[in-house]
Amino acid sequence: MIKKITIIAATFALCVLTFIGCGFGTESNNNVKADSMQTISTDGSTSMEKVIGFLSEAYMGEHEGIKVTYNPTGSSAGIQAVSEGRCDIGLSSRELNNEEKESLDGTIIAIDGIGIVVNPNNPINDLSLAQVKDIYTGAIDNWKDIGGTDAPIVCIGREAASGTRDGFEEVTDTKDKCKYNQELTSTGDVVQTVAGNPNAIGYASIASANDSVKLTSIDGVVPSTETIQNGEYKIQRNFWFVTKKDKSLSKAAQEFFDFATGIQADSLITDAGAVPVKR
Amino acid sequence: MEKIMKCLFMICGILTIVFVALITIFLVASGIPAIRTIGLSQFLSSTVWAPTASNPSYGILPFILSSVYGTCGALLLGVPTGILCAVFLSKMSPAKIGNIVRNVVDLLAGIPSVVYGLVGMIIIVPYVREVFNLPDGANLFSAIIVLAVMILPSVISVSETAIKAVPKEYEEASLALGATKTESIFKVVLPAAKSGIATAIVLGTGRAAGEAMAVMMVAGNVANMPKLFRSVRFLTTAVASEMSYSSGLQRQALFSIALVLFLFIMAVNIILNVVIKKGETK
Repeated sequence: MIKKITIIAATFALCVLTFIGCGFGTESNNNVKADSMQTISTDGSTSMEKVIGFLSEAYMGEHEGIKVTYNPTGSSAGIQAVSEGRCDIGLSSRELNNEEKESLDGTIIAIDGIGIVVNPNNPINDLSLAQVKDIYTGAIDNWKDIGGTDAPIVCIGREAASGTRDGFEEVTDTKDKCKYNQELTSTGDVVQTVAGNPNAIGYASIASANDSVKLTSIDGVVPSTETIQNGEYKIQRNFWFVTKKDKSLSKAAQEFFDFATGIQADSLITDAGAVPVKR
Repeated sequence: MEKIMKCLFMICGILTIVFVALITIFLVASGIPAIRTIGLSQFLSSTVWAPTASNPSYGILPFILSSVYGTCGALLLGVPTGILCAVFLSKMSPAKIGNIVRNVVDLLAGIPSVVYGLVGMIIIVPYVREVFNLPDGANLFSAIIVLAVMILPSVISVSETAIKAVPKEYEEASLALGATKTESIFKVVLPAAKSGIATAIVLGTGRAAGEAMAVMMVAGNVANMPKLFRSVRFLTTAVASEMSYSSGLQRQALFSIALVLFLFIMAVNIILNVVIKKGETK
């Protein structure tokens, strides 16, 4: 009996050791690999995950031996990281403040347009920014208050950590004040839910609003690539690349920077659901 | 050769232990830090979950209660239906119909949870909204319905096996004493099969409490205190919906939620096991 237990214990220990061994093994391998490759590190805004993902994937496909890393920490953390030299390019979905501008440069690489969608059967075609705010904070809770049918408004939003939600609440000044009926985990779910409920209102990136829902105009401005680029459409914000003023980028990082701000990146940015900047 | 094979079998057996051990160690190790920072009582009893607010709050009581209510609700609907269906399959049904039903039940078990969620989202949610005249149908009730359907297959197949394992003589004796078929089933066969039926309930509980995808698509996911017709977020969906974006303390808190869920399901299993053991020794 004791012998058996010893054998079992020994095998267990062996298994655990093997696992730990494997873990260490792969880790060091990765390090060796990363050293032989040129790494461009980016750090910052979680909302820019898709844009940076599309850009880096395409870039890495074209350039052998270059690795673009992305660390989703949030805009402020990304700005902090680049100013401390912990990454090559900082990613920010907010503008730099005056203090930060002293040592850092911001370059707009894309614009994030957030569309307000309602059910196609909803008679409402236009909302003001103030109305959107009142709807989401609960000050307006019936469609008839803004010229619609007598029905309660169902506010559809995204989960707390979503970049779209962050952007929407920032532009409409509703941070931590929104009263949601549903918090869904993807843009597609929001569109699907709004399409299925005549009382629903939701927000989603403009690119993903399809025919099953109706995009409302905001203050009379219909969201489109043009109105977003010239700033007439209000529910939008910029995606920034943040770099240091006193230190130039490494050659590889500069090339990636040029690629991301160049005209060939436009279609990638559109694919990622954002709007390219006007040239 | 014999020895090598024996070794191989044993290693495979031990592997499962290793996996359980690894998962437990990982969950405990990564779940404890956030609970320490937040404070256990604050974490478990605060009703506000707002990890990204400027003044963050990490209370998971709404998730715990939603999960408990949702699971109980699903059991309330699913277990009686499942047991009666199992009775039908094992005692009442003509062979042909029984086979058809059995095949359909097997199919039901094989449907991926995302499909349940999709069907729930497109059919049940709008239907609940119209029938109960609510502004929105994505709520605890819809989640309970979807979960009840999801646990049916395991409840049916396990209880059917249990009912079939009851010796025929029991029922025959009861019938010979003049009891009707219904009386025999409810007073003799089902009590005799109760440990198997309890196992079916354990399986159902595990499935309902652990389901994330389908619930995420029909429950609305707002961190409210649970009410039947209110949008709620379960423990599972709380982890799944924020994991991809989270960082720092929020991410650690998600591991802590996973730990709570793990302990919750462990506790259910242990309690029911004890109950079954007691029932058997009597």
